[in-house]
Amino acid sequence: MLSGWLAEGVSVVLLVLVLVCAVVRPRGLPEAVVAVPAAAVAVLTGAIGLPHAWDEVVRLAPVVWFLAAVLVLAQLCADEGLFRACGAWLGRWAAGRPQRLLAGVFGLASVITAVLSLDATVVLLTPVVFATAARAGVRPKAPVYACTHLSNTASTLLPVSNLTNLLAFTASGLSFTRFAGLMAGPWVVAVLAEYLVFRRFFAHELAGSAEPRHEEAPEMPVFALATVVATLAGFVVTSAVGVDPAWAATAGAAVLAVRALARRRTTVRKVVASVSLPFLAFVLALGIIVKAVVDNGLGAALARVIPDGNGLVALLAVAALAAVLANLINNLPAVLVLLPLVAATGPGGVLAVLLGVNIGPNLTYAGSLATLLWRRIVHQHDHDVDLGEFTRLGLLTVPASLVAAVVALWGSLLLIGG
Amino acid sequence: MAVLVWVVEGTWPACVDAAKAYPNADITLLHVSGHDVPHAAHGAFAGLLGRRGLDPGTTLESLASTSGSDLLASAASRLGRPCTRLERSGRVEREVVAAAEGAELLVVARDGDHGRPGPKSLGPASRYVVDHAPCPVLLVWAGESGHGGWG
Repeated sequence: MLSGWLAEGVSVVLLVLVLVCAVVRPRGLPEAVVAVPAAAVAVLTGAIGLPHAWDEVVRLAPVVWFLAAVLVLAQLCADEGLFRACGAWLGRWAAGRPQRLLAGVFGLASVITAVLSLDATVVLLTPVVFATAARAGVRPKAPVYACTHLSNTASTLLPVSNLTNLLAFTASGLSFTRFAGLMAGPWVVAVLAEYLVFRRFFAHELAGSAEPRHEEAPEMPVFALATVVATLAGFVVTSAVGVDPAWAATAGAAVLAVRALARRRTTVRKVVASVSLPFLAFVLALGIIVKAVVDNGLGAALARVIPDGNGLVALLAVAALAAVLANLINNLPAVLVLLPLVAATGPGGVLAVLLGVNIGPNLTYAGSLATLLWRRIVHQHDHDVDLGEFTRLGLLTVPASLVAAVVALWGSLLLIGG
Repeated sequence: MAVLVWVVEGTWPACVDAAKAYPNADITLLHVSGHDVPHAAHGAFAGLLGRRGLDPGTTLESLASTSGSDLLASAASRLGRPCTRLERSGRVEREVVAAAEGAELLVVARDGDHGRPGPKSLGPASRYVVDHAPCPVLLVWAGESGHGGWG
């Protein structure tokens, strides 16, 4: 059994190793290949006791299950053509006008991020938005940058919007609807602040209009859309009757999966692949290692600098600290580190952390400095990227949306109560 | 006379129309897909620590080359006479300046809205091109917004 600084040293080395491998992806191996053995080492060396590690797995298991259900739901919606149909609708609505297209992308990306998680926006919506801009004859930069920014900024509304929220959801002690109620104000003002900055920043690209190409519009997949809406309603109902809302997500995913399988539009193998099992194992292993780091000393050290209370200044300070940490490492480990420290101060602190770790990553091109540095070192082709413009945009949007969102959160806490 | 026409989404018809004023010129239509757009998607995907699957940035790269050649095809059909089409990708402003080497005229559309005093009429990329072009530059306004004669 290791003790004191030695245990902390081992845990920190393991965490760094896991994060570096997750970013570098040696030989394209799944992150779990390093993370799971690293978690085992943490347990075997006694850096974290087996009961504590088990507690963490039990705590994270429902989160991981919820995440898996949402990932499957989003992928099946994409298979049904929901995103393509949304893109076609967006293109018709914009009618070749860049300003309308940008406004439409803001609306669509915000809703998709909130309901189907940021993964859906980054992986499934961004290519659709690019194709829509091309068909509309509009420059693609502002709409695509909007997708990447909103996948972070708009991921604050619901527990399912971001894995960080799911991790914090249980710690916050809030119900699904209460979480959404408290975060609705911050979500709206953060997206609005982002929109205003985008309109100014890209003013020269947004004037005028083009003649869009006319193409056959795909049909809106009504069944998939109805399933998503029913799943959302399910979140509210399950939360009201005290059932884990992960069941609603599971039901939604199951309905679409059974239908797609019956119609031979997908295979069991594809559905299982969209669950992304190695990723879920990575989350569990990362959780164990971060718990070892926090319990062995980081927690006590950070507890001294974490402001207490639900005052506006304290909330702003917590959100800023979370944003800085998310930019240094990545928002996933950042939220795992900060959660145990703010959980005791009540939901206000937890939600402020979430605003910081969700909105903050827009400051750096790849979500965190660590990711960016490693990618630049490892992948030669990243060297010719002009980071200046992206960084200037982040420097304008992040402080604006973060401050606006925290003020709104403070207001929500006063109005609704934590 | 070698005329290079920089084709940009939305504003290109005005440039093509301006080039029609040179009936005897060898016209080259140039479109540049910025690396920055697919790279932003690469970055966003990298930020999703631990996720697998197809990098959306890669999808964007292939979409960009298709949409670039579609745009050049529309521009060539509007021009209505033989011309050279040039599709490049990279840092937009640098690619345009490099392609203008040897040209005797570069046709560039202003950004922004002619009808409204306000933002500058040259965005960062076109500003760089005007500043560094190795040949004379013809700046044109992209018609009044909302009127016919586009596409």
